[in-house]
Amino acid sequence: MELFLQQVLNGLTLGGVYSLVALGLTLVYGILHVPNFAHGAFYMAGAYSAFFLINRLGLNYWWGMLGAAATVALISVLSERLVFHPLRKAPYLHHMIASIGILLFLEAGAQALWGADFHRMETPYTQLLTFGSLTLPAQRLLIIGAAFTLVVLLQVFLTRTITGATIVAMAQNREGAALVGIDATRVAMLTFAIAGALAGMAAVLYAPINLVYTSMGHLVITKAFVIIVLGGMGSVPGAIVGGLIIGFAEAFGAFYISTDYKDIIAFALLVLILSVRPQGLFARGAH
Amino acid sequence: MKRFNAKIGWTVLLLLALAFPYMAGNDYHLTVMSTAYIYAIATVGLNLITGYTGQFNLAHSGFMAVGAYTVGILTVDYGVPFWVAFALSGFVAAAIGVFVGLVSLRLKTHFFSIFTLCVGYIMFLLIEKWESLTHGTGGIVGIPAPESIGPLDFSEPRAQYYLVLFFLVASLWIMHRIVHSLLGRTFMAIRNSDDLAQALGIPLMRNKLLAFVLSVFFAGLAGGLYAGYVRFLGPGIAGVENTFDMTMYMLVGGIGTLLGPLLGAIGVPWLTQYLQVLQEYRFVVFGPVLVLLVIFLPHGIVGTWLNRQRRKAASPAPVAVAPVKEVSHA
Repeated sequence: MELFLQQVLNGLTLGGVYSLVALGLTLVYGILHVPNFAHGAFYMAGAYSAFFLINRLGLNYWWGMLGAAATVALISVLSERLVFHPLRKAPYLHHMIASIGILLFLEAGAQALWGADFHRMETPYTQLLTFGSLTLPAQRLLIIGAAFTLVVLLQVFLTRTITGATIVAMAQNREGAALVGIDATRVAMLTFAIAGALAGMAAVLYAPINLVYTSMGHLVITKAFVIIVLGGMGSVPGAIVGGLIIGFAEAFGAFYISTDYKDIIAFALLVLILSVRPQGLFARGAH
Repeated sequence: MKRFNAKIGWTVLLLLALAFPYMAGNDYHLTVMSTAYIYAIATVGLNLITGYTGQFNLAHSGFMAVGAYTVGILTVDYGVPFWVAFALSGFVAAAIGVFVGLVSLRLKTHFFSIFTLCVGYIMFLLIEKWESLTHGTGGIVGIPAPESIGPLDFSEPRAQYYLVLFFLVASLWIMHRIVHSLLGRTFMAIRNSDDLAQALGIPLMRNKLLAFVLSVFFAGLAGGLYAGYVRFLGPGIAGVENTFDMTMYMLVGGIGTLLGPLLGAIGVPWLTQYLQVLQEYRFVVFGPVLVLLVIFLPHGIVGTWLNRQRRKAASPAPVAVAPVKEVSHA
């Protein structure tokens, strides 16, 4: 039973991190209508900026996270302004290749600045909490708590504020949004900033129990793609539910099937589901 | 006249390639060139599905790895002669390509790309984790060099260079035949518009699948050559970074042209050779280059040049649209 609960905890941890990354990706998809492959590099950039702020400048963990969120939000907005905006009328292939260009640039940049080594990010929350027979690392609880707080905040922002509603409106219908006077440029920049900040924070939350390295975004972003394809591209609830599904599938798969192959589970799931339902799990129209 | 020019151009290129070993200063240059040729074969394959048919396959390096590991596993673990294993490499990749294509090509545009990205990851992870078959992260070492055929001996770097060149020329020739045939036009029609092609009575699935399988056949063949040339294999060859590299070659040279991918696959590695500092960090420069190309020169060097030629020829046809048929005269 303890082992089972331990896996539930692992599933929630992974699911929380994946949901945060997938949420940013799905929001940007709503605006751009193309997958942003650079999102994984944003995640990586978040981890590196926090690592720099914490280890070199001696800031504490929370300031590091805040700094990372701001840095990545800036990188994200810059890439929208400099790359995606000029390409908004280009075929989808060009968007994808451009986002790959950003991805390669950021990864090589991080490697040039910090080298190819793996780094450890310190966290103040190293204690183990015990509830009865269950031991919980504090960092994992922090991830779960922070991830779900962020998800709820985002949801409130999108549904209860005018600014949030403009993002939803633009995702639903670009021309319609423009007709009622929504400034497309502002909304696009805002969306990219939010997506970047979410990716940055997810990275800072997850990095202490993982490691910081240049290709750390690869698997996370690919899984985030799986999540938003399963949950429906552009769908916010889909990203959250999808994130949890993949998180749990991985946690339980690693425990009950094989640790070696745990990373394949998400992809195998996608292949399996798309083979049977090419339109995805929750999406209504065909892709 | 145009066709005549193109013929001369290709002949000059071939002569230069034939003379290269006598102009190259050392064996290292030969190695760089031969490796570039091998990647050019794979890139030419990627160009068929992406440049001509409009489906961006992100699992391409996975198929190259399938070809390479076919040769590696068969020769090292089962003692199969290189040539037999090599002959199989393209077909094994193509056979796997049939299954992957059948499932993935039901998806359109970026869904296809995301799906193949996942397939590529599965291939990479399988190669890395399935130790009993692939030797895992340790990789396969001691792959034999190609055995000599009659008087042809492939132990010398120069001979290996010509071997690779032979397959590159053969690949380009086959690709030339494909894109100039009705089949090639069919692929381009699909690229230009799925719906329009279907309305013309083109069976989409069958043609996309054919393009996909042909394209991964080239990847598998390139992989087989790679195994016999480098003689060491690690899971890294299946990594998506490899596909990104090939995408860059294709884009720099000119996507959807015959000469473009070749030019990119040879030019970019040489450029990085000369900018030694860049080896490790080449993408600090090439990342932004990729972005700038896509924004300002989406047709690459060759495509842009051809567009300009056409404009000069003052043909009545509009020139601004994507390069379709004239491009292939390059």
